[in-house]
Amino acid sequence: MGNSFGLGELGFLIQGLKWTVLLAVIAFIGGGIGGLGVALARTSTSWGLRRITAGYIAVFQGTPLLMQLFVIYYGLGLVGLTLPAWLAVAIAFTLHASAFLGEIWRGAIEALPKGQFEAAKALGLHYVPRMRDVILPQALRIALPATIGFLVQLIKGTSLAAIVGFIELARAGQIVSNQTYAPLLVFTVVGAIYFALCWPLSLYGTHIENRISRTAR
Amino acid sequence: MPSTTPSAPAGDPLIVMEAVNKWYGTYHALRDVNLSVGRGEKIVLCGPSGSGKSTLIRCINQLETIKSGSITVDGTRLDDSSRSVDAVRSEVGMVFQSFNLFPHMTVLQNCTLAPMRVRGIPAAQAEATARRYLERVRIAEHAHKYPAQLSGGQQQRVAIARALCMEPKVMLFDEPTSALDPEMVKEVLDTMVGLARDGMTMVCVTHEMGFARQVADRVIFMAEGEILEQADPETFFRSPRHPRARSFLGEILAHH
Repeated sequence: MGNSFGLGELGFLIQGLKWTVLLAVIAFIGGGIGGLGVALARTSTSWGLRRITAGYIAVFQGTPLLMQLFVIYYGLGLVGLTLPAWLAVAIAFTLHASAFLGEIWRGAIEALPKGQFEAAKALGLHYVPRMRDVILPQALRIALPATIGFLVQLIKGTSLAAIVGFIELARAGQIVSNQTYAPLLVFTVVGAIYFALCWPLSLYGTHIENRISRTAR
Repeated sequence: MPSTTPSAPAGDPLIVMEAVNKWYGTYHALRDVNLSVGRGEKIVLCGPSGSGKSTLIRCINQLETIKSGSITVDGTRLDDSSRSVDAVRSEVGMVFQSFNLFPHMTVLQNCTLAPMRVRGIPAAQAEATARRYLERVRIAEHAHKYPAQLSGGQQQRVAIARALCMEPKVMLFDEPTSALDPEMVKEVLDTMVGLARDGMTMVCVTHEMGFARQVADRVIFMAEGEILEQADPETFFRSPRHPRARSFLGEILAHH
């Protein structure tokens, strides 16, 4: 057929972009909550919790995101759970992000001086206020650059959702490219959109990193 | 200071350690330590590094767990239950060598956090108490600064005020002046002397022998995890009985 690349096509890409952003936001929020749980479990005094979450992290860090999407999307279908594609994909990304953010934040928690934990304990602060008021605010600050770095990876990673037929930005680009026979133009636009999304975040991450390294003497 | 201590009549020791043993792997850090600290008593623990004196006071608030023996603080026996640990920690103040102020909080927030979170004291009241103690360690004008904006001596005085805000029954000091520049040692020691004069029960690990002479009711000398000698400061400094105490004092006093 062969349309040319016009406003309609751009609109289609923007539709895809909406899904990309939505997926990234869901994954980041879900992964933020899950990752917090994983980081706390990894730094807990319970051997069992530490082992289980270590195994979980090993699996999700040691396999490609693509495989994780496949297994969760088709796996859920095999056990009779028919979820909408976007939900299955959101679950997969949440599990993926939880593992990575959990590991980033675990490292930050363990990077804090032991004296911070001891001072909080010596004051009689129980686990919840100890973590919430003393440890986590400091750990998250340390982890912010790495966290933003992961968020950028995650945004680009959402393109893999195309594999299960999900029409996000990259898949939308592919479709438009097939219709217009102008792959170079289309993918340049798609690339520019990803760049516009990710680059400011990267800049912000660098900015935060500089600020932290300055204040840390 | 709260005077509600129905659990143990006055005159009873505040801290009792009986046959306490502590191991780090195969290293025997505390050997059959027996120690009782009376209410209002000021104790200075000294000894060569690695003698177990810091370990000893860290066992009192369960920053270290013991292998055998028993520790009782104000009538509460420390067992593995988190209830006994929490009960003891909220009554025992601790000052560390490295201050350990919370760097993301202002001086005032450092001081109000535990009273609000542990005792459930309303913010306004916690702040009033904090200001009173900051005044007492003469640092009230820095209440809204962050720890990094203060000198080491100032930070340590804030750390003392922070511990006092919980109105503890006993204060533990773990080499509070060892990380300080020499010119700041005095301001911290003066604060501690003031605290001692006000009747606070204190257990201090320190090499400041002048401080020990001035305030200690009892000096305890430790080496290799054992209490080798205890005496009033006058006796201890004039005529230490144990040869290890004699050589330790010789070394320490040679540098002062």
